[in-house]
Amino acid sequence: MNFRPKIVAFLCNWCAYTGADLAGTSRMRYAPNIRIIRVMCSGRIEPTFILSAFQQGADGVLVCGCHPGDCHYQTGNYKCLRRFKLIEKYIAQMGIEPERLKLEWISASEGKQFAELVNEMTKDILNVGPSKIKSSLEVKHLKS
Amino acid sequence: MPPDSSNPKPKLKLAVYWGAACGGCCVSVLDTHEKLLDIVAAADLVFWPIAMDIKYKDVEAMPDKSIDVTLFNGAIRNSENKHIAQLLRSKTKILVAYGSCAYMGGIPGLANFTDREGIFRRVYEESESTLNPDKVRPQTETMVKEGKLEIPEMFNDVYTLNQVVDVDYFIPGCPPQSERLIEVFTAIATGAELPPKGSVVGANEKTNCDECKRKKSDNKVIKKFYRPWEIQDDKETCFLEQGVICMGPATRGGCGVRCVSGNSPCRGCYGPPATASDPGAKMMSAIGTMIDADTPEEIDKIIDTIVDPAGLFYRFSLPSSILGRKII
Repeated sequence: MNFRPKIVAFLCNWCAYTGADLAGTSRMRYAPNIRIIRVMCSGRIEPTFILSAFQQGADGVLVCGCHPGDCHYQTGNYKCLRRFKLIEKYIAQMGIEPERLKLEWISASEGKQFAELVNEMTKDILNVGPSKIKSSLEVKHLKS
Repeated sequence: MPPDSSNPKPKLKLAVYWGAACGGCCVSVLDTHEKLLDIVAAADLVFWPIAMDIKYKDVEAMPDKSIDVTLFNGAIRNSENKHIAQLLRSKTKILVAYGSCAYMGGIPGLANFTDREGIFRRVYEESESTLNPDKVRPQTETMVKEGKLEIPEMFNDVYTLNQVVDVDYFIPGCPPQSERLIEVFTAIATGAELPPKGSVVGANEKTNCDECKRKKSDNKVIKKFYRPWEIQDDKETCFLEQGVICMGPATRGGCGVRCVSGNSPCRGCYGPPATASDPGAKMMSAIGTMIDADTPEEIDKIIDTIVDPAGLFYRFSLPSSILGRKII
């Protein structure tokens, strides 16, 4: 089977998105499996965003923000980290493989690190296989 | 609301049914006390298994849309629940998902943390008090000398009523407060203009915190989460500020903050407020920011004091949540 993972990435505007942009403008090659959604701050990323991405068929979700101490809004990335840790525990309970959800700090100058991160995560998810979340929900609906 | 004897308007036809439920919702209808007499004065109860001896075939014989209002409580757990949900849908003008189980899956919905096989294995093989060397499992059909016996088929998943049939209104609560039921019923009986289909009625738009009388500050920081029995509640400070998880921030008001008034944290039976779809995600969002630590290790240490986040945050709402069930 030709499995191409779909990864939804939430990147903060100030560091991570600029870092991803740098990877692009520097013409770095990296896996095309990522779909980037820009948010103003990683602190804006609600658990609902991550869970909805999985529900709609994402095989993985990547969250990137500024390095600790570097948040454009001072503490947004710490809030992101705390929520992320809770969601990590929740999705483990829900039987979702830990490889599918990742949080990394990417600064505006870390284009190379971003490209490597995407490659690495794509590889991890290729190993885990397609997500069963969406199909597990599809069998739910009994309405005829 | 006593009926006006000069009014020739025919009485409403009312049905109450239970799916996968504990019976508490039916009792909450009785908890209207003497107001129940007003209800039966304005409406004929045509079907109510907990209180009346009417068979399914009697309901099947009713003309379509002949019941004005059905209060359906309980989740959809087996083929019988589904069959009656579909039957009542076709016989009813206004179908109300009554109570947390019909609305969100409720306590029976916690079964979505496992599946049918897991439940059968535990109950019919592994349970400490079970002696079942032949590993007999329930069969939907059994032949005995008198003929064929049938029992409903248990589904793999628990569903909300809305996942099985179209629902007109939702009344949350475990059980719904009887006062709210009277308000809703009065609105229907007096012919008041009803809210749009799909509305949650008999509850507020905002959260329980909005009505809660406990002392709250803006500086909510938590170093350790406590289970309610691990801490001496001071009876006046916000539970969350004391480190006890209270579902207030992610729960619709309307119950009158009954649990917190009784010095017990909110458990979330009224479901998410109008602005949120998934109460657990909302709760993780709210609680996450209160954790008083900045390094992953310290954060993990604090989160480890929440024993069962999934079960706690989705106690009443697992089947209706974004993920819906554990992936097995």
